[in-house]
Amino acid sequence: MKDASPAKPYALHLGVIALLFTLSFVLPEYHHGLLARIMVLAVFAMGYNLLFGYVGLLSLGHAMFFSAGLYGAGLAVIHLGWSVPAAFAAGFACGALLALVIGLLALRTSGVAFMIVTMMFAQVFYLVILYLAAWTGGDQGMVVPQPMRVLVLGSTSLDLTNPTVRYMSALTLFSIVLLISLAIVRSGYGRVLVAIRENEERTKMLGYDTFSNKLAAVVISGSICAASGAAYALLFGYVGSSFASVQYSILPLLWVLLGGAATTLGPLIGTLFMYYVIDVASGYTSAYLLIVGIALILLVLFFPRGILGSIRQRWLGWLP
Amino acid sequence: MMPLLTTKGLSRSFGGLRAVDGVDFALMPGEIRAVIGPNGAGKTTFVSLVSGRIQPSSGTIVFDGADITNLPAYARVRLGIAYTFQITSVFANLSAYDNVALPVQRTLTDGRSKGAVHTGVMAALERTGLADRAQMPAGQLSYGHQRLLEVAMGLALKPRLLILDEPTQGLADSEIDNFIELVREIADSATVLLIEHNMPVVMQLADRITVFNAGRILAEGTPEQIRANAAVQDAYLGTTHG
Repeated sequence: MKDASPAKPYALHLGVIALLFTLSFVLPEYHHGLLARIMVLAVFAMGYNLLFGYVGLLSLGHAMFFSAGLYGAGLAVIHLGWSVPAAFAAGFACGALLALVIGLLALRTSGVAFMIVTMMFAQVFYLVILYLAAWTGGDQGMVVPQPMRVLVLGSTSLDLTNPTVRYMSALTLFSIVLLISLAIVRSGYGRVLVAIRENEERTKMLGYDTFSNKLAAVVISGSICAASGAAYALLFGYVGSSFASVQYSILPLLWVLLGGAATTLGPLIGTLFMYYVIDVASGYTSAYLLIVGIALILLVLFFPRGILGSIRQRWLGWLP
Repeated sequence: MMPLLTTKGLSRSFGGLRAVDGVDFALMPGEIRAVIGPNGAGKTTFVSLVSGRIQPSSGTIVFDGADITNLPAYARVRLGIAYTFQITSVFANLSAYDNVALPVQRTLTDGRSKGAVHTGVMAALERTGLADRAQMPAGQLSYGHQRLLEVAMGLALKPRLLILDEPTQGLADSEIDNFIELVREIADSATVLLIEHNMPVVMQLADRITVFNAGRILAEGTPEQIRANAAVQDAYLGTTHG
């Protein structure tokens, strides 16, 4: 947001992408697979962060955008036999359209009412998935068959179930969304979003139609989350209703809070941190959620702005 | 000459209180008009109606020949009506630069190139003497500088009508002198509507003065006429004749 030289933030972000690329060749198989999953879910968190961190709109219904992408892509492959790119586009389009409709309705409210309205819409979405069990598999979900998960590009065909292909696909999506987020945040539009978060009335008095700006943010946020969901279905092959449950609306909020709301890299850090705390803790005890809870409390006590948010506040003011 | 702004029968009630009561008002392009009156006279409510922050109970507002009574506030800003707040409400967590960049990028139509935004921001900051504090968070500026930043944001909108609501409140005397110079400069390119309690400032700046009392216009005229007006002295200056 500062008018400092753009070189540092871009160098940092490209460095993170390069690091993730290198990790693909050195990580053991288990962590390799986990990191691919984390990158896809970090995209979900980045989409959430755009709305929550920058615009200050706390939605409790983002599971519906993720699962719109998940089911949009999954159903297109399973029932219509669509190719991977077409299915991804279908998932993305479902999420974007849903976000537009939900945004038009939910943005009539603000604050707590906005939280409740988004949560209710997400519950409706969840129940519809369960109700249409004949197509969606209900609470059992569906597995996307392996032969369908092949990306054909000209004469080469990439098997998305291959660990390296899967990792690189996840990294590609992650990198694109990360750089888009960075560009949005540093743009004039990003400045308007932050202004709305800080003082919406004042922003109106500078000539901004804040409703339209917020609606655009909901659509961008929902589309990014849908891209994450569509990628999840195609890369990991499971389309399940649990991804539409309220738990998956809370999780991105936690990841973003942990990593640092309104930081571009915070969503990745938060998702990574949460996954590894659970992973390590569950190796020692079956009561791993207790350890996760304690870790969360400690973070909130000592890093109330999240990991990256606190680092930015104390040491690195230039972090975007 | 056609007035830039006219209101006809403009009224706004809050419950039983008629804060603004049937005001007919006309403002000529290029003038500096001061609005004065005792506390609770309806001055701030009146300019809030003009800027669109609150809706009138009845009456019409015409700006540059077009009826704007039903336009939302942001659309009026785009027509050229800028409002600076009585209580300073800069974006405290954003830098002074970003505060001014918001209105600058709004008014640019050339694809909002970064270079053009930067030029516009620095011009507005230099005009208000804040250029060397561009990267400071606005909340850490002194009160006087926050008021100036508020004006810089108004200026950056390139308004045709700039509404200043008690701009000198809380400023030191030395800052007030600079401020008077600044408003004179602004008036070269815009019409200024100024709500002000500080009488020396009003007398130095205003071409004409409108006096509000109990939601109505009590008197209107040049500073000399207002100074000599017995009704104004009774209502506002508290002078007793007798």
